[in-house]
Amino acid sequence: MESDNDAPRGPWLWVALFIPYVALLWLPFYNDTRPSFAGFPFFYWYQFLWVPLTSLLLYIVHRGLK
Amino acid sequence: MNDLTPVDPVAMTIFIAFFVLVTVVGFFAARWKRGDLTQLHEWGLGGRQFGVLISWFLVGGDFYTAYTVIAVPALVYSVGAYGFFALPYTIIVYPFVFAVMPKLWKIAHAKNHITGADYVQGEYGGKWFPAAVAITGIVATMPYIALQLVGMQVVIKGLGVTGELPLIIAFVILALYTYTSGLRAPAMIAFVKDIMIYIVVIAAVWLIPLKLGGYAHVFDSADQYFKAKGGPTGIILKPGQFTAYASLALGSALAAFMYPHTMTAVLSSSSAMTVRKNAIFLPAYTLLLGLIALLGYMAIAAGVHVKSASDVVPALFGTLFPSWFVGFAAAAIAISALVPAAIMSIGAANLFTRNLWRPLVSPDMSSTAEASTAKLVSLVVKFGALLFIVFLPTQYAIDLQLLGGVWILQIFPAIVFTLYTRRLTTPGLFLGWLFGIVLGTGLAISQGLKPVYVVHLGDASWPVYIGLIALVVNVIVTYVVSIVTRRSLVPAA
Repeated sequence: MESDNDAPRGPWLWVALFIPYVALLWLPFYNDTRPSFAGFPFFYWYQFLWVPLTSLLLYIVHRGLK
Repeated sequence: MNDLTPVDPVAMTIFIAFFVLVTVVGFFAARWKRGDLTQLHEWGLGGRQFGVLISWFLVGGDFYTAYTVIAVPALVYSVGAYGFFALPYTIIVYPFVFAVMPKLWKIAHAKNHITGADYVQGEYGGKWFPAAVAITGIVATMPYIALQLVGMQVVIKGLGVTGELPLIIAFVILALYTYTSGLRAPAMIAFVKDIMIYIVVIAAVWLIPLKLGGYAHVFDSADQYFKAKGGPTGIILKPGQFTAYASLALGSALAAFMYPHTMTAVLSSSSAMTVRKNAIFLPAYTLLLGLIALLGYMAIAAGVHVKSASDVVPALFGTLFPSWFVGFAAAAIAISALVPAAIMSIGAANLFTRNLWRPLVSPDMSSTAEASTAKLVSLVVKFGALLFIVFLPTQYAIDLQLLGGVWILQIFPAIVFTLYTRRLTTPGLFLGWLFGIVLGTGLAISQGLKPVYVVHLGDASWPVYIGLIALVVNVIVTYVVSIVTRRSLVPAA
């Protein structure tokens, strides 16, 4: 592959990008109503939680690339 | 509930006032960040100068469409948890955007590419395969624009106005300011649209549960409703729905930024870093989308009954909110249809001009002629979408969008794999694309234009998103044919 500044500092940083895929595409992790939180069944708040978590992961990778 | 709600003068006045506002903004946008609009990269990409803030509003306004506000709650209202696949979809799309799109932006910027098909042409040469990529983009976008019209139609009907005339007027205005201002118009209107949608959704998810006795009660009502309804519904998934849910989320995420409109929004960014930073901030819209999806359950808890599920959001607002807010919300949703519809028609027009008309018909076209052709085509595309909506049943809006997704997903190897490998050949990519399109379309038709096909392996059977099945076949064919054609290119020693 030609060199460019996207070249990974540590390959583990890029692996971090796969975490949301595993967390959200493996349904047995979260297809449940319990434990509920603030009235939200687990299925819902778990998925909502992955929104800020994904942003955070991307931010960490972004910082790591600088 | 009566289908013919009387026209509420307050709601109607507010709706029209906001519509006039965005129309003025749309025409004014031609003067914003002034550029030579007779050049395609100015008209069709806004001069590639949008920074993080503008891009955030633009991509948000472009990607989270009227489809979001009308069809997602409608699906959740009808089937429950299954309709929530839009949430994981719009989360896992961002690691992809973060990793892949800045790379594409750099090449596009260096070589002055305006479309995805430009990129394919730049990497592989030739004109027929780029033309195939362009046609895929245009054809996949047409039902998507139509879906925006459905969104607008639903809210206009919710205000008690019948007939196609308001829709036609709205679209003619949209067509005119897109023609004069290009991408600057939706970029500027996106600010208005997104702020309005945030206000509507935050107000709705704050106030509606208070009126209905809290979120726990909303989910309980939905749970009981689906238990009584039976079938593959419920507030969590049946185990048999797991693979459908996951594959729809993954397939939609991979398809999302292959569309001409999202590609246009990404390429209009001012730098690769802008694209990357936006991948970090754009999930804010996903929170909004998740909350919008919950409106489906709120409608169940509020006892809203509608003949067509897509009426559920206007009906819910009409039941619970004062008329000024109903008008405001309707305007927000209608404007949510305008922004993506404008960008989609620009993206499709760019593809037609750069990758069909110029290479196949008029190779000596001047750059001014290129821009004026694209402007004209943007009008034709919108008219086509209008016909689409008049002649096809609206309840299939979400499935049609998914069918477009099946097709657009087949250009994924040509756009994305080629960023990382030099081993693929044009015949490989072309045959992979062809197999993917034919198989995907065939499977979708065999399922009565539904997005999911049940794959049988031994005793087990898994429902899987057709677009993803077609993509897997596409990738296999692409690699096998590429290996064979590369061998035949290299003379045996």
